[in-house]
This record gives sequence, C-alpha cells and structure tokens, in this order.
Amino acid sequence: MKVTQLTVFLENRSGRLAEVTDILGREGINIRGFSTTEAAEYGILRLIVPDPERAREILHKEGLTTHLTEVVCVGVPDEPGGLARVLDLLAEHEISVDYMYSITFNYICFALHDIDRAVGLLEGKVEMLSNAEVGAL
Amino acid sequence: MSPAPTRERLTVDGAGGFLWEPAAECLPTPELGELQMARLRATLQLAHDNVPFYRRKLDEAGIDPAGVECHGRAQDLPFTTKIDLRDHYPFGMLALSREEVVTVHCSSGTTGNPVVVGYSRADVSLWAALIARTLAAGGVGPGDMLQNAFGYGLFTGGLGLHHGGELLGCTVLPISGGNTERQLKLMRDFGATAISCTPSYALHLAEGARDRGLRPQDLPLRVGYFGAEPWTNEMRLQIEDGLGIDALDIYGLSEMGGPGVAFECRRKAGMHVNEDHYLAEIVDPETLESVPEGEIGELVITTLSRTAQPLIRYRTRDLCSLTYEPCACGRTLARMTKPVGRSDDMLIIRGVNVFPSQIEEVLMTIPEIEPHYQIVVDRKGHLDVVEVWIEVGEDIFGETMGQLETFERMVQQKLYSVLNIQVKVRLKEPRTIARSEGKAVRVVDRRKLA
Repeated sequence: MKVTQLTVFLENRSGRLAEVTDILGREGINIRGFSTTEAAEYGILRLIVPDPERAREILHKEGLTTHLTEVVCVGVPDEPGGLARVLDLLAEHEISVDYMYSITFNYICFALHDIDRAVGLLEGKVEMLSNAEVGAL
Repeated sequence: MSPAPTRERLTVDGAGGFLWEPAAECLPTPELGELQMARLRATLQLAHDNVPFYRRKLDEAGIDPAGVECHGRAQDLPFTTKIDLRDHYPFGMLALSREEVVTVHCSSGTTGNPVVVGYSRADVSLWAALIARTLAAGGVGPGDMLQNAFGYGLFTGGLGLHHGGELLGCTVLPISGGNTERQLKLMRDFGATAISCTPSYALHLAEGARDRGLRPQDLPLRVGYFGAEPWTNEMRLQIEDGLGIDALDIYGLSEMGGPGVAFECRRKAGMHVNEDHYLAEIVDPETLESVPEGEIGELVITTLSRTAQPLIRYRTRDLCSLTYEPCACGRTLARMTKPVGRSDDMLIIRGVNVFPSQIEEVLMTIPEIEPHYQIVVDRKGHLDVVEVWIEVGEDIFGETMGQLETFERMVQQKLYSVLNIQVKVRLKEPRTIARSEGKAVRVVDRRKLA
C-alpha cells in the first residue's frame, strides 16, 4: 500500500514556510506529517496530507513548484527496536532508503528505492497506510 | 492623397513577404552608393549650416560638406555620442527651428537629462514608410490587424509602429503594453493577425495564454515584429512556439527616429538596414577604426534623410556585424546581425569580458529553464561574483535535493565552458523574478550601487 507525498520547492527566506502552511490551513488541509531539507538558498518541504492532488492544485495556483511522489507509511511500535525491525527487514532485502521521517502517531514515512518490492515485502508484516487512511488519521 | 494600398498591388519579395518600396529596397549597389553620397553631403550641409555643435566639429576637422568623397563611407567624419545629445538638451541639436518640429520623442534617460529627438513632418512620413517596409517584409499588408503592444508615449515603439501600420493599410489596434488579460481577449475577439512588442513581453503573453489554457492555434496571430531589447534566436523559437507565429526582428533607436532603421525579411537571416536613409558602419569600440565585413564591432550610423535632427556618425553602442552578401528576398540592403551586446553593457568580471547575451545563449540551450532569468553581479570583498537567477519550474524540480544540485552543477559547467568564469546558479521559486511589460531587466550590477 502506497501513499502519495506532496513535495514543494521553497526558497530559503524567512516566513516562507509559514506562508505555505497558512495557505494549506486556510483551505482546511490538515498536515499529517512533514519534513524539510536544508541548503543555503532553498529547500524541499515534504508533506503527507489528505487529498494531496487537491493540495497540489492549491499550491500550484499560488505559483509554487510541486511534485508528487509515492512513499510508504509504516506503523512502527512505540518501543525499543520498533524502527530497527522495519529497517532490518528492508536492509535484508537490499532495499535502500532515500529518506525517512516520522509522521503523526507512530508512523514513519519512507521513500524507497524499488518501492513496489518493498510494499510486497512489508505486506502483512507491518501496518501500512493507504491514502484514505492518511486522510482519516 | 494616394489611393489606399491593397494587398494585391504589393510586390512579393523572394522570401514570401512584400516590398513596400521595391525600387528603393532593391536599388543596385552602385546606385545606392551614389544616392548615399548625395544624401550624406546634403546632411552634412544641413548640420553645418544649422547646428552650432556640428559647425564647430566639422570646421575643427577641416571638413567641407560639399567636398566629402568617401564613397559610402564616412571614416573621416567626427563621431556623435549620447553625451553630446545630453549636453545639448533639450533642443540644441535641432537643425530646424522648434516651431518647424512637429513632434518630439525622448529616450528613457534613467540618469541625467533624457535624450530628445525632434521630427519634421517629412521625418514622420519617412518613419512611417520605413515601418511600412518592415511590416510588409514580414508579409503584413492591407487587411491585417496589427496589435501594437509597444508602449505609446515618449517611447518611439508605440507611435512608430502605429504610423507605419496605418500607412501600410493595416487596422492598427493601439493597445500599448501591459494588461495581458485584455491583450489576449481583444486579440481573439478582433482577430489580430500581426503583433508588435518587446520580445520579453511576447514571451509574457505566450505564458499568459498558456496559463489560460489557450493553445497557439487558438490565437489568430500569424506574424510578429519584436524589438527594443536584445533577444536571441532561441527566444525567437520560444515566441514562435508559444504564440504560433513567425517572429521577426526590428531594430532602431530613438536617436535615429526610433524603430525602422533595420528589419528582418522572412528569411530571418539578419536585419536589412535601410541604407538609403541610414549610413551604417561597424567600428572597433576601443580604437574607433573600421572593422572588416562580418566582424563584430560597434554600429555607427549617420542619418541621410532626417531633417529635424541629423546625426553624424552616431555611436549606437550596439555590438553587431554587417554583411553585404545578397539576400534571397531580393533586397540589396546590407544586413546587420542581432546586436550581441552593448559596448557599454559589457561586464568585466575579474578581468574577463562577459556579455549578458553569452549567458542568455547558454541558458536558452537548456530546455528546462524558463525564459525569465536574471544576471546579478556583485562584489564580495575584492572579488566580483556573478549569479544567474533561474526559476525552478516543474521540469527542473524532481523529488530530491540531489536532482536540484545536479541541475545547478550542469548549468554552472555549461556557463563555465562558454565564459571561462565561475558563475553561481541560484534557484528561485516561480514568478519571483520581476516580469517587465517593457524592457526586461536582465542584468543587475550591484557593484555600481556600493
């Protein structure tokens, strides 16, 4: 099961993140998870939101450059070794993690090489969210 | 009044356009040289007799206007510069009394006094005829509707194209620049077939059309003449794709009476200089010596027919080359290349001469790059730094920082291979680089502000 992540190109200037999140807030879009990358002049904001297509449309109208990417959102038990168990499984099957970040509750969002193989592998072993389930979180 | 022209009565040229004045535009070269010589002598006499500045200059150089012999050349004559025009602000360069001048135009003049140019009634008629030549060469004729999106006012683009379009028998839509929404609406509602504006505004219109879901085939335009700022062949292709037209180049400067000094025929192989009215030379901007045919240097123009304000060997500061090779269109008029830069815009970066047009050419070869960019020059400590600001569109933006960094490096390497200096690429959000509805501001040199 895969989830669609919304990625946004942002220039690194003060207040920019606030502006973007304000726009989404005004439109009633509840951010369920996010991460940012940093560079001197620009960065990438990654978002897990209900209805990413609509969110993309909204940001596009505001003139922002966006991208949709497939990721996997996995439920990880809140206990020592919980995250390691998932990572071990991926490592065993030589599926590399491009990046990962935690989203709301005990879920971790993974961008993976060979995502389809990863989904097959994780199916039944861990809890994975669908787009609809992300919306319902 | 001569009868209104009709499309059928225009002569077709060898490139699929029209000749407005076939005899003049295809005058055999020896006759053209004689005509230029006679007009040069008359111009020198006019300037000598009526403009104190020129009387002094010509007398100092020991030049007798009636005795000038250099066939088609003007190498011994003194130069005129923009500073001379500023020094004689507002009417010191007129060869007629102010009362005989029917209109004036001014250059933008961001520093100091603007440059004022006066027109006699004959000058205005000549101007209209030269624009009619231009539009006709692009295949525009009676019955066409010309959407003139050059700014109207003191800037010469608006009224120049207006006069010429009317003379040619077009229906002129004097919409002036700006208001993209209205431009696109009237264009479609009225069925405009030709357009004139700056090339950056043409791209802006193409972008506006795309944003509104309009395809090139939804626009009635067939041809456009663009000028008043530098543009490249790559920009031409983008305009042609975006608006679904043939994009042609028109050249002029307000000091010479505005657009209409030179124009492209449909071959798009350089701009024909209206040599029967303008004597064009190319000189080395440093030594001021003539350069061989085909070599790039500064364009110097002497007016041959203007009566209100004749100018002798005016230094345009535009860098280009001239060719006298025959053109398939049948015109005998020499052709100039698009200006590759300005002799006074040349940036010296850490001792290396850089023309903004070189940077533009590189950027235009990278299809992902939007046509809006800016070159920013600054001094950090004692070091000049050049940044190229590029907007990140969906074509550039992938998923990871790595993709953006790879793109930055690719552009930097391409720029380095052409310029031999390190240029920093700066990625910006879409529509954060200022759009202009007049001349695009491509270069911001912050070194001068420090």
